[in-house]
Amino acid sequence: MEAEEKYTPQTWPESPERATLEGKNKFLGFWLFLGGETVLFASLFATYIALKDKVPSPEHALAKDLYELPLVFVMTMLLLTSSLTSVYAMYHMKNFNFKKMQLWLLITVILGLGFLGCEIYEFNHYYHEYNHTFTSSAFSSAFYTLVGFHGAHVIFGLSWLVLVMVRNAKRGLNLYTAPKFYLASLYWHFIDVVWVFIFTVVYLMGMVG
Amino acid sequence: MVNNQSNSSNPRLDYEYRRKKNAEGMRIQVATFTLMIFFTVVSFVAVGANFSKWFVIPFILLLAVVQVGFQLYYFMHMSEKGHEAPSMFFWSAITVAFVTVLAFMTIIWW
Amino acid sequence: MSTIAQKRGFASTVWDYLTTVDHKKIAILYLIAGGFFFLLGGIEAMLIRIQLAVPNNDFVSAGFFNELLTMHGTTMIFLAAMPLLLGFMNAIMPLQIGARDVAFPFINALGFWLFFFGGLFLNLSWFLGGAPDAGWTSYASLSLASEGHGIDFYALGLQISGFGTLMGGINFLVTIINMRAPGMTYMRMPLFTWTTFVASALILFAFPPLTVSIFMLMFDRLFGANFFNVAAGGNTIIWEHFFWIFGHPEVYILILPAFGIFSEIFSTFSRKRLFGYSSMVFATVLIGFLGFMVWAHHMFTVGLGPVANAIFAVATMAIAVPTGIKIFNWLLTMWGGSIQFTVPMIYAVAFIPSFVAGGVTGIMQGAAPADYQYHDTYFIVAHFHYVIVGGVVLALLAGTHFYWPKMFGTMLSEKIGKFTFFFFFVGFHLTFFIQHFLGLMGMPRRVWTFLPGQGLDTGNLVSSIGAAFMFVGIVSLLVNIVITSVKNEKVGNDPWGDGRTLEWAIASPPPFYNFKQLPLVRGLDPYWLEKMEGKQTLTPAEPIGDIHMPNGSFVPFVISLGLFIAAFGAMYQIDDKAWAIPVLIGGLVITFGAMAYRSIKDDHGFHIHKEDLIDENDDKGVKA
Repeated sequence: MEAEEKYTPQTWPESPERATLEGKNKFLGFWLFLGGETVLFASLFATYIALKDKVPSPEHALAKDLYELPLVFVMTMLLLTSSLTSVYAMYHMKNFNFKKMQLWLLITVILGLGFLGCEIYEFNHYYHEYNHTFTSSAFSSAFYTLVGFHGAHVIFGLSWLVLVMVRNAKRGLNLYTAPKFYLASLYWHFIDVVWVFIFTVVYLMGMVG
Repeated sequence: MVNNQSNSSNPRLDYEYRRKKNAEGMRIQVATFTLMIFFTVVSFVAVGANFSKWFVIPFILLLAVVQVGFQLYYFMHMSEKGHEAPSMFFWSAITVAFVTVLAFMTIIWW
Repeated sequence: MSTIAQKRGFASTVWDYLTTVDHKKIAILYLIAGGFFFLLGGIEAMLIRIQLAVPNNDFVSAGFFNELLTMHGTTMIFLAAMPLLLGFMNAIMPLQIGARDVAFPFINALGFWLFFFGGLFLNLSWFLGGAPDAGWTSYASLSLASEGHGIDFYALGLQISGFGTLMGGINFLVTIINMRAPGMTYMRMPLFTWTTFVASALILFAFPPLTVSIFMLMFDRLFGANFFNVAAGGNTIIWEHFFWIFGHPEVYILILPAFGIFSEIFSTFSRKRLFGYSSMVFATVLIGFLGFMVWAHHMFTVGLGPVANAIFAVATMAIAVPTGIKIFNWLLTMWGGSIQFTVPMIYAVAFIPSFVAGGVTGIMQGAAPADYQYHDTYFIVAHFHYVIVGGVVLALLAGTHFYWPKMFGTMLSEKIGKFTFFFFFVGFHLTFFIQHFLGLMGMPRRVWTFLPGQGLDTGNLVSSIGAAFMFVGIVSLLVNIVITSVKNEKVGNDPWGDGRTLEWAIASPPPFYNFKQLPLVRGLDPYWLEKMEGKQTLTPAEPIGDIHMPNGSFVPFVISLGLFIAAFGAMYQIDDKAWAIPVLIGGLVITFGAMAYRSIKDDHGFHIHKEDLIDENDDKGVKA
């Protein structure tokens, strides 16, 4: 297979993720998918904005009562940094340095797991401290659905990264595996893009009013 | 569909040029990252500092938009060539997303 | 490959179709499944019209009537019209751009099987405690109150089939952007390819809001969420907005490919280049863009306020402009052409006045104050049947006759085709024209029965008689298909004699690799250009070489089956059935397991060797 041909740093092409037709198709198809995901998250944001603080009775917790900015700040830093580390991974991919790429992807996964841990703690905290559950009000449903969809994307993104790392550990980089790494990292960046709006629109604006 | 993208006849030169270009690109990425962290800190400080919400909300939204632009154009490489179709579709998606959110902010009020 | 020439048993043919990733076979699957659901929706329509034929009728109960009208709408839109169009897109579009296959053959198969299992799940509701009964729009205020599992079938079934459609859309977009033959620039693409492109973009952006809103409906009904529950702070209007943010582009997803099919037919049978090609492309893109800006015209009476209503009314009127451009371009394509009234052309000519009638009533409703009078009456029913039947269904019937030889290698009978047209077309106008007046006289839509002596008796009877005509028309089409298939008289590459685009330059049905050599496209209507220069074949853009093809796979079927199983678990867990959660998890394990299997196991496809291609060419020469 020409796609599994062996390369050296000298023969490695400039945009290896798009060097084959298959890679080109995947690259474009994945970007289109991200376009669809943008609309999907916009719909969730719209719902959240429309239902923010809509609770059946005054004893339910509102956005202002719930959110704790220090935790959100830590989560944001974890995810932003993980975005940079996956950029590093792709930098080494372009330089045909497989080992360093795997290393930076591993760091990305660890940071992502840290983020996920914080989110689980956060949901658990709301549940026990404020009795803020998925079913308690329209506000809580909208909150958990928006943030939970993002969390599910994080879980899926992490599983994907781990899967491509393990599957290709022995095989190394070639024009067949390069698009796989590239798309997984693109997905990871998109998760970060969504988080930028979540921390701004949900948490920060929730505190302002 | 085999790749023959070398820009010069001398593969060695081409290789070194690309190395340099990638390293240069990475420096820009790190600078972008620093700015993103800075914007994030500023947003959190702006909210923590109890300014008027008529200032804070537009301000942090603006910072978020700029930050996402950095993500898209640098981290996700949308500024590089070969991203014409992706950026056209992504901007269409943003248009639809914007209209949706705008509608939910303005005509759902009870 | 020489194996394709061998005779196959029935079982191996079935297995072939279950595992196929060939766009032409997937097209046939779409046609069969979509055709089946079309008949199902038609039977539901007949039952509705029988119930409404006379006043005070009790042919069906009121509750069953609600199920019928809901399933008629849902089936026709999601499971008949769209899959049938996707079938034509699959069959024709890759040939029109000179591609050997779509960009993602595996995803293409997955899209079909997701649609199929979603549709199957939805229709199983008839046997499992009652179908959904809140209308195809399933407004949350109604659907949350609906008892039983009908609405759950609706939500889960549409969710599964919606994923399939979304994948199909992305696949077509990538195919058109990346896989065009050398020389096939954007402005040389046939109109059907252009409309496929824009419709796919609409699918990409319109289905996510539907996905979100169906998730919310599902969460509300099955997992105790409160999005639409006003008592807990929810808001039912959110559903309406999302449904129409999806729903309005959806009608353009249906009508644009229909426009594309008619554009091909008009220029073929007028033996002329399509008039105003570039303005047609522009109008198509503009309709797609405006399609996202007008959804609230379905909600004028909700109480959005005068400003919102005014904005959406103006945006709605604006759509008449590009649509008008198209109508005039078709008329001017025929002007001065040497017109042949074949069956597809008859449909095309009949489409123009029918669709214009639907468009004009659309403008009437677009005037927000007037819409308060028309809202939820039979006037609306008449309007959307004029655009959907008068536009989309006529295009499907025309396309069936037009592309049948390309897909199956044999011509449908023109004589029976004219019979079909006569009954269907007369029946269509008989059924729906009078409904405008029924609506203006005050007959509400979705009504189970009506009282005698209110001036509604004759109109409804006429309408029901018309439905019977349409039924006869469709039956005659089925007869036509059976007769033609039995006769199976093979035809050559260009059975209409006036084919203009690439698909008519290759064998009917095409070999599984489509083009032995990718063609060089030298202008709009490339095959016509070659014919005008006295050539019979296309100019090749490459020497004969090995062709890379994907392997078939059973995995798409398994992935879809897993979701189908999981849906039962998700639905019955609210009844506290002990088996429900294990079934839900088991189904998801099947789906994700199959996905993991697909991503771990490499499948590089195979190559057809140059020597085999040359041999086959000799065979073909003898046969054709």
